[in-house]
Order: sequence, then C-alpha cells, then structure tokens
Amino acid sequence: MSDIKISIRDLHVRYKDGKYPLRGITMDIIANKTNVVFGPAGGGKSTLIRVLNRLIDLSDVEDIKGEVLLDGVNILAPEIDVIELRRRVGVVFSRPIPLPLTIFENISFGLEVAGEKDKRKIARKVEHALRQAVLWDEIYDRLDYPASSLSGGQQQRLCLARVLALEPEVILLDEPTSALDPVSTAKIEDFLKIAEKDYTFLLAPHNQQQAARVADYAAFFLQGKLVEYAVGEELFFNPKKKETSDYIQGRFG
Amino acid sequence: MSAVSFSEAPKSKVDRKLVQTLGFMGIRLITIVTILPILGIVAYIAYKGLPAISWEFLSAMPKDGMRAGGILPAIVGTFYLMIGTAVFSIPLGIAAGIYLAEYATDNLWTRMIRIAIISLGGVPSVVYGLFGLGMFVLFFKMGISILSAVLTLSIMTLPVIISTSEEALRSVPYKFRVVGISLGGTQWQTIHKVILPQALPGIVTGIILGLERAVGETAPILFTGATFFLPHLPSSPLDATMALPYHIYVISTQIPGMPITIQYGTVLVLLVFVLAMNIIASVIRSRARAKRQW
Repeated sequence: MSDIKISIRDLHVRYKDGKYPLRGITMDIIANKTNVVFGPAGGGKSTLIRVLNRLIDLSDVEDIKGEVLLDGVNILAPEIDVIELRRRVGVVFSRPIPLPLTIFENISFGLEVAGEKDKRKIARKVEHALRQAVLWDEIYDRLDYPASSLSGGQQQRLCLARVLALEPEVILLDEPTSALDPVSTAKIEDFLKIAEKDYTFLLAPHNQQQAARVADYAAFFLQGKLVEYAVGEELFFNPKKKETSDYIQGRFG
Repeated sequence: MSAVSFSEAPKSKVDRKLVQTLGFMGIRLITIVTILPILGIVAYIAYKGLPAISWEFLSAMPKDGMRAGGILPAIVGTFYLMIGTAVFSIPLGIAAGIYLAEYATDNLWTRMIRIAIISLGGVPSVVYGLFGLGMFVLFFKMGISILSAVLTLSIMTLPVIISTSEEALRSVPYKFRVVGISLGGTQWQTIHKVILPQALPGIVTGIILGLERAVGETAPILFTGATFFLPHLPSSPLDATMALPYHIYVISTQIPGMPITIQYGTVLVLLVFVLAMNIIASVIRSRARAKRQW
C-alpha cells in the first residue's frame, strides 16, 4: 500500500447560511498519486478542496468538525500556520484567475511573499515553474506582458506554474479544465501523469471521462457523503454501490 | 392578412426611427444647454482676466493696497495649503479606505463610521471653518495659521478621499484576494502587491478631486488661516497666509477702487489651478481604464 499523504477523519463542514456541504467524510489521499473526487455538483468537492488549504477560512463557516491530518498533523488545529500550509498545499481554480500583473510577477508573487529576495533565484524558479507547466517555450520572450494577454489555456497553465514555483507537496485542482479547450485540457492531464512522482494531486475532474483518464484513486461524493472509494479503474468499471454505478451510467447528475 | 401587416411594418419602423432621432436631438440639446453656461463662465473670465496676466502678476507682491502688482503671496499660500492638506489627508484617507474596504467587518460600528463619513461629506464648508476655529485655532492654540487651515481643510477633504479609496478598492474583484491568499500571501501582502496597485488610479482621482475642493474653498480658511494682506511670504506653518479664494473675496468686496482686470485675473488663476487638477484626474482615470485587466 502506498503512503498516505492526507488523512481525512469524519470531516463535517457547515456554513452560516445553513448549507452543509460535507457530512462526515473519511478518506485518505495517497502520496504521489492522482486522487480524484467526483460526483454531481453540490456534492462537497469544492468545499473539501477549500478545507485542505484552509481557504475555507475566508468563508462564513458555522462549524468545522473532524480531523484533516497532513503527514500526521491536524491542519484544522488552531495553532497551525495557515500561510505555511498554503505553500505546502497549492490550489488551481476552475477558471484561470491570473493576477492583474505581468506573467513573471504572477509567479514571483508567491516567492516574494514567502520572503525570497534574491532576484536571480526568483528568475530561476520562475523559469523552472514555467517549464514544468509546459508554458516556457510559448512565452519566454514576453514575461513582462500582462498575464491577461495569454489565452485561456495558457492562463491556466500559468496558474499551475505559480503554484509549482512554491514547490508544494500537494496540489489541489478544482475542475481545472472546465474553462479550457480539449488541447489545453490534454496538456494539463499530461502534466498530472508526468509530475505524479513529485507531487500528490487531488483533482475534482470536470467530467467523468477525465476522472477515468487520470484517476489512480477515486472517491465518489454524493450530497456531502463519501459513497465509495477505490483504486481508480475499479470504481469506474466495477462500482460496488448502486449510487455510484447509477451516476457513472448517467442515470442522474 | 399577412400582406397588410407587412405593408404596415416598415411604416411604423420609420416612425420609431424618427422618434429616436428626435429623442437623441433633444438629449443632445439639453446636454449643450447644461454645458453652455459653464463654458460661458470660463470663456468670459478668460476674456476679462487674460489682460491682467503677466509675469509680474504671477510673481510679484501686491502693491498700492493690492490695486496693482502681483498676487504671488496668494498663489504661494494656496500652494502651501494644498501641499499641507495632502500631507495630512492622503495617508489617513487611504489608510481609512483600506480599513473599511478590506478589514472592517459589517457591523454596527463600521456602519456608523460609514454613515459619519457620508454625512461629513455633506457638511457645509463654513461649518468646517468654525470647527477649525474652535478646535485648532483656539483650543490647541495654533492661532490663525497655515497649520490650523491645513488641518481644517484636511478634515474636510478626508471624507472624499476615504470614500473614493474604499470604492476603488471594492471595485477590484474579490477573486484576486483569494488567489493572493491561496499563494501563501497574507491579507496585507495581497492588498499591497495586487489590490492597491489596481485601485491606485481611482484613489488618485479621489485625492485630486478632494484637494481641488480644498484649494477652491474660502469658508474653512476664513477663520483659521487666511489673512487679508501679508507683506511677505509665510515663513513657517504657524504664519497666517494669503490664499487665492479668500483673496478673491477680499479684492472684490473689501477694497474700493479695485481694478476689475485684477479681480478677473485672480479668478482666472484659481480657475486654471483647479481645472488643471481636474484634467490631471481625468487623464489618470482614462489611462488606468485602458490598462485595466479585468
């Protein structure tokens, strides 16, 4: 059995407006694999992602219960340094949101706020991150252009690159390809496969085909509950629960 | 049936077009009517005042009971007042704007602050003048001085700068804050590196408009810092000063036999001062809009 990177124990999240998106999730996220959480909208995938790097702190949360252990340490504990946590657990959102800065600055931002002052070191890391995200060759000669001048697919790879530059351990991807064309989508999926050895991925795929293509491990979420969890192919080709197979066969969702 | 409706359709279209044309003409006319008086005033003042403008007028001390010579002390005084007001009101105003837009939670306390700021913006300027007299001139014993006037003008300018700063910050999409924080930035780092630069043009516009109002007002400085006549330029913040708006009031009401060209000339100088600031604000705003990425 592979190493467990994140262990989620009976996680409940309730918002102040009465929404109750996570109702007792218990699952493991396996190190150096692509872990997929999928299911119909409103199942709690995005909320889970927001918990894992504590972006949920920005929302009006009524109550979070349970434990989320990252390398054995509960990240929901009050004494956790959330800034440090967010550097270790990066996130790519469903729509590319480049900061209104240049291409270079979009990546150097995270390094600078982390206290990196050495300009050459920053430049080196920016280039490395852009190469990892397979973007460098397309844009190396216009790093000082506004990030908004890039195409949607390039912007999303830029968003990936600025996460990579922080050398995180875990990368959360919340439907990262939902705004992208098939070619750009393929580039992101290829990246997942290549980079797996260095990172732990948690992906909310934007459709089932994607889930089946990339999942090493897959969890099926339905209305805030984990219905089924298995090695990727098994869940898609041999689901054990009726809800899972209904969803996979397109009976609902 | 259908033939009838077809033959009628184009006719009603023509009518609608005509109505639209007439409507636009009407709106255009109204716009022109509202702008004309302003243009008229500016043109008239320029026409009457230009003959007074000379290098001496701008750079010399007044002579002959202000009936001749220049208006240098008033220009310099207005300049000092503007700089002083900027020094106090800009940092405070931006800080308060950032607090209200980024940090303050929506509760009774912050709502009261907001209401106070909005109401302060509507307070007549003479009230600020009297407040400044009581507070700075008398209570803090600063006397009739540039300092008292500057502080009074700052209090008057602050609401404008605070509310435009808050507005400018709020107009920067929330998602950038989430991204900044998701990349390990603190709230302040995100504001400082991402949000503030985007809001800056709006903030600068607010600053200029606020200062412009401060420069043009007479009442707040009437009791706090302005003086009828000064034989020399002010040399310390505790000196009283001449200033363009008050000088205009003085020469148009208090001095018999005042040459009319000097009055118009002085008004023209103030007008150009204020208009120039306005134009700078517009340029900044339109440039920023062209560069905006969202």
